[in-house]
Amino acid sequence: MTAPAQRAELQEIRGPSALGGGVRRFFDLLWLSAVTEFKLGYHGTALGFVWSFVRPLLIFGILLVVFTQVFRLGSEVENYPAMLLLNILLFEFFAQATQQASTSVVVNESMVRKMQFPRLVIPLSVVLTNAMHTGLSLIVVFVFLIAYGVDPVWTWLLLPVILTALGVLTTACAMLLSAIYVRVRDIGILWAVLSTMLFYAAPILYPIEIVHGVFRDLILLNPLTPLFLQTREWIIDPNAEGAIEATSAHPWLLIIPLLIAASVCVAGPLIFNRMAPRVAEEL
Amino acid sequence: MLTVPATETRELAIDVRGVEKTFRIPTQRVETLKERATQLFSRAEYRQLRALRGIDFEVASGEFFGIVGRNGSGKSTLLKLLASIYRADAGSIRIAGRVAPCIELGVGFNVELSARENVALNGVMMGLTPREARSRFDEVIEFAELGEFTEMKLKNYSSGMLVRLGFSLMTHVDAEVLLIDEVLAVGDASFQRKCFDAFARLHAEGRTIVLVTHDMSAVERHCDRALLLEGGRIETIGEPDGVARRYLELNFGRAPAAAPGADSVSHDARVVDAGVADSNGEPASGFAQGEEITLEIVVEALRRLSEPVFGFQIVNADGLLIFAPEPIRLDGRQALAPGERARIRARIGNPLAEGHYYVHCAVGRGSEGQDPLAFRKNAADFVVYGTRGFGGVVALECSAETTVEPAEGSE
Repeated sequence: MTAPAQRAELQEIRGPSALGGGVRRFFDLLWLSAVTEFKLGYHGTALGFVWSFVRPLLIFGILLVVFTQVFRLGSEVENYPAMLLLNILLFEFFAQATQQASTSVVVNESMVRKMQFPRLVIPLSVVLTNAMHTGLSLIVVFVFLIAYGVDPVWTWLLLPVILTALGVLTTACAMLLSAIYVRVRDIGILWAVLSTMLFYAAPILYPIEIVHGVFRDLILLNPLTPLFLQTREWIIDPNAEGAIEATSAHPWLLIIPLLIAASVCVAGPLIFNRMAPRVAEEL
Repeated sequence: MLTVPATETRELAIDVRGVEKTFRIPTQRVETLKERATQLFSRAEYRQLRALRGIDFEVASGEFFGIVGRNGSGKSTLLKLLASIYRADAGSIRIAGRVAPCIELGVGFNVELSARENVALNGVMMGLTPREARSRFDEVIEFAELGEFTEMKLKNYSSGMLVRLGFSLMTHVDAEVLLIDEVLAVGDASFQRKCFDAFARLHAEGRTIVLVTHDMSAVERHCDRALLLEGGRIETIGEPDGVARRYLELNFGRAPAAAPGADSVSHDARVVDAGVADSNGEPASGFAQGEEITLEIVVEALRRLSEPVFGFQIVNADGLLIFAPEPIRLDGRQALAPGERARIRARIGNPLAEGHYYVHCAVGRGSEGQDPLAFRKNAADFVVYGTRGFGGVVALECSAETTVEPAEGSE
């Protein structure tokens, strides 16, 4: 028989929240749920986790054929297939994580209504699971880059900067979307359209230098654009325009997308935190 | 020398002060942007549902505390507030130590995972470290009697196995306070007994248990104290038998007769009135087990009735016929003239099990009353409360003794 070792003090119970219940428990829970989801992600499929890089590779294959054979883009762009592959992998992470996260709180309704745990674990574990898949794929992608003949340069070491920035932005979007989705289900459809828009309005499929005039400005306003410009300069082609060079004529074209990203990063946690205490009643 | 009453020397495990909870239920749920846009300027309509108001109570450390109440009385809401699933609108809730809430057994389980993985995941969710959760695994499985199925996916478990695993896990997470909602409604009788054995063990270890239930016999057998909620307020708080009695009175005693008496149309006779009274002749609706029930039926003849017979049936809430007496005849009279009323008073010994009973009344003709003249369904109803017996429709007189016989060949 084990008696509770020490009588605990009475402590105020403030109801559910985004983070409550101790930092240690939050991260234990986040890690365990993400690992579980990762294991189950391709559950029942013959190839299993191999899909996490085969899938972006297949999408890459389609786009590569279309853009090199139909639009003849490849010839003028240094290491075009390598750029395309890396860009697609990064965008897939953003799109998959945010889209899955948006419905995550609602999908886990029965747990939210019947169990006590920090609510933020739900969307964050979705992002973390996707990060694991992306991390695995990155290894494959870099093997491809070297095999393809991209020269390794010291700026490759800056990849974590890009990944961190993308991770933070993705996490903030995940929080924002999952919180809004509880009340306004339209956001799910709206986001599918919006993320398609973000995809085409970023230098993912094409290099920035082939776009001119007002469209170039519009593309530069996309908060994802600086990330892809920087990826290309640091990883694929040191001579390509980075985010700063591309906007040197109009610095506000860099400032505005950064401001948009920053406000998403502030709004995401704020709105999720506001929603968390009441979500069990809203569902 | 200073003497302190025993109750005050005990430390509190739960302290609830002035807790209020109101749900806003949209009369029309707005979920799409279009609805939102069109209703942007018209005030959204909400129905206020005051689930809990002015809730004050405390639970001492180590106490087995029952929360009872009718459906919709707010007891599940209260439990969810204690469990940090809902946030209170006002007031304060303070709890000492870790809480293991169990609103529904096995709700956090992922059916695609094995028992081992689920115990790890849910153990952490209930506050264990991953290492602790893994080290408890064998105990959890042993208690749940699932030794052969540890690597099986939960989707291949029976519902009984899931419940056993969920319950076992809950009792092994070392929480100081356990919050349990109606878990025992599921599972077979032997599992239920096992649950209560586990509660008794946890209780003996000094853990605090809060049990939300409908089962008054469980409250009386296990709880140290209980709280009765009615319409979101505390109706009674105190000794379990008093609370259980009040619950049964509330639940059955005040309820109107189940269905408006369905009369068969008859031009011969009608059942004017029927009611139940206690042994003093006072009208009553609730009876303790064993307390004599007096049933009174008034029948009016609409035309001349020669040799009428009267009868009644007592049925339980499931509609099962519990008892019907021999046909009752008029004492010293052959017939009733039109407009005359007969008053039948039947005294019924009461060996009935706890529950709600209805009385159907009938008037007939013929030696066995085989020619019915009038019938009134649910003419009266009453409630029996008590704790004799563990199940069934009657509470039989019963005493038991045991002897032990020596093993064969040991002489």
